[in-house]
Amino acid sequence: MDTHEQPVLEVKDLVVRYYVEGSVVEAVNGISFSLYKGKTLGLIGETGAGKTTTALSLLRLVPDPPGVIESGEILYKGKNVLSLPEKEVRQYRGNDVAMIFQDPMSSLNPVMHVGDQIRESIEIHENVSKYEALDRAKRMLESVEIPSSRYYEYPHQFSGGMKQRVVIAMALACSPQVLIADEPTTALDVTIQAQVLDMMRQLIDEYKMSMLMITHDLGVVAEICDFVAIIYAGEIVESGTIEDIFNNTKHPYTIGLFNSLPDLDSPTSRLNAIPGLMPNPSDLPTGCRFHPRCQHATTLCSTEKPHKEDVSATHTVSCWNYKEIERQ
Amino acid sequence: MEKTLLEVKNLKKYFSTSAGPLHAVDSISFKLRRGTTLGVVGESGCGKSTLGRLILHLLPVTDGQIFYDGEDITNPNRKKLRLLRRNMQMVFQDPYSSLNPRQTVADIIGEPLVIYKVSESKKDLGIRTRDIMEIVGLPSRYETTYPHELDGGRRQRVGLGRAIALNPQLIVCDEPVSALDVSIQAQILNLLQDLQKQLGLTYLFITHDLSVVKHISDEIMVMYLGVMVEKSPTDDLFKWQLHPYTKALLSAIPQAKLGIKKDRILLRGELSSPINPPNACRFAPRCNYAIDMCYRSNPSLEKVLPDHFVACHRVREINEF
Repeated sequence: MDTHEQPVLEVKDLVVRYYVEGSVVEAVNGISFSLYKGKTLGLIGETGAGKTTTALSLLRLVPDPPGVIESGEILYKGKNVLSLPEKEVRQYRGNDVAMIFQDPMSSLNPVMHVGDQIRESIEIHENVSKYEALDRAKRMLESVEIPSSRYYEYPHQFSGGMKQRVVIAMALACSPQVLIADEPTTALDVTIQAQVLDMMRQLIDEYKMSMLMITHDLGVVAEICDFVAIIYAGEIVESGTIEDIFNNTKHPYTIGLFNSLPDLDSPTSRLNAIPGLMPNPSDLPTGCRFHPRCQHATTLCSTEKPHKEDVSATHTVSCWNYKEIERQ
Repeated sequence: MEKTLLEVKNLKKYFSTSAGPLHAVDSISFKLRRGTTLGVVGESGCGKSTLGRLILHLLPVTDGQIFYDGEDITNPNRKKLRLLRRNMQMVFQDPYSSLNPRQTVADIIGEPLVIYKVSESKKDLGIRTRDIMEIVGLPSRYETTYPHELDGGRRQRVGLGRAIALNPQLIVCDEPVSALDVSIQAQILNLLQDLQKQLGLTYLFITHDLSVVKHISDEIMVMYLGVMVEKSPTDDLFKWQLHPYTKALLSAIPQAKLGIKKDRILLRGELSSPINPPNACRFAPRCNYAIDMCYRSNPSLEKVLPDHFVACHRVREINEF
């Protein structure tokens, strides 16, 4: 990634654990990445890989107990977010970094006008008059292509795609520098997903924001991301620019993810599924976390954890055998 | 050509609501040949799940007919229904809510055998259950396991095991892989294909995911707001999408590839209401090609190419033939 530019948000060696009923869930195990101005980083992984825990850590929203951020740093414009006093964190959330969740219904208050929910977030974060906040909330609605005449309607009167657009308007109301989107289009139909993605891309260009896009859908990533990090069992196994990951795939897990997808262009009679299952995060395998499912695994893989190696200036991979592996 | 196993003629399902009848499934007709897979594609609310439920008699039919193996089974009596259910089974989207949390894996898979009194003895039941578990790739150590101890992929294997326990001919799969991660999704899709080959199963495969449906189906039917808008053999549909909705649907799929040319057709607006729909093309309000006529009459399904059916007034103009 471009080293000349200062990152807006930087995560260094983040470790998050959950302590549940005597066992320790190792959710995030030493993750590092940076977000740059106007760029989108895609964080890709399957259920239980630690994607959402990472996102919640960025906002200091990991439920505690049982969750504990054990170590690491989260630097927003050079300030460590993890050591900020609670009062400043409240300013940071929403003002500097905002989040969109997967299910729009659970982020909206069912008994409050949608417009007022946007106005509320403006009033909390900025010192503006009621009329100004109302006016800005209406303009936010228009910017996500909802007529402001619908300001006084309730969430249940909106369809799924429109609800997600309201949530996006809420998140952008205070013009944050960083937007975290946790599977923002997973609950939507494809034609609506296309509309929402298109709109998000325009807004990001307009506001020059950085975005962390959390998803399991490599198709969505290809649409919207500049950089990609692949996460498996709480660790980033491969990261790079979108071209690095899509055209020069190195890690066997990333290769497996691509091969599991049915291809629309070239028919295959059988999919190359990754054998086995995600490891249990309270009982992770030794060595490389992926070795029990990897067809290239050697004895070294089962005992020693691979180091992060540079494939190129932008591309890193954590695998002992990546040089010998070719994507079919 | 294989024989037709399931035929549906003008099938309708209207739900009554306070605002008027909701047309969930409106005049759907198709034939499903033995040993093949028909994919039913559409977005939420298009009536695809209702269609699956109507065929299995989980919902009463409003109008139309269903034929199974040449026999009219639209309104079976209880005894008949019991026999039918042996031959037709269903796999649900969420493997957790469709399994009894208080039964073990062996109980869940063996229950259909007990209900239909297939096994003579307890020992025989155990052997048959283990056989089924082996077919769906569940090691026998899971016999005494409860559903909550299993992950999504294995739960879906249990759901499949239960569905094939009585050796049915037709299985309605309602979004069987949408709740699963991609790496697990591929495992289950492979298993479904293996079972089809081994046991000669016929699938009605309901999904919203076009890449999955392309992978598994022989024929595809596209639904929009309760009506069939296009039906064709899979390969043809991906070569020539003739209905404007199918074109938009296909262009909207985000593909995991870089540098492909994207002529995305963005649709305006969202689904209109299925309650008391006017006599017009259901897709007209969102269609880029809609003209006056589309708002005045409902297009009927017509054969445009061999085996390729489309319901659109302007299909010939738009596609230039």
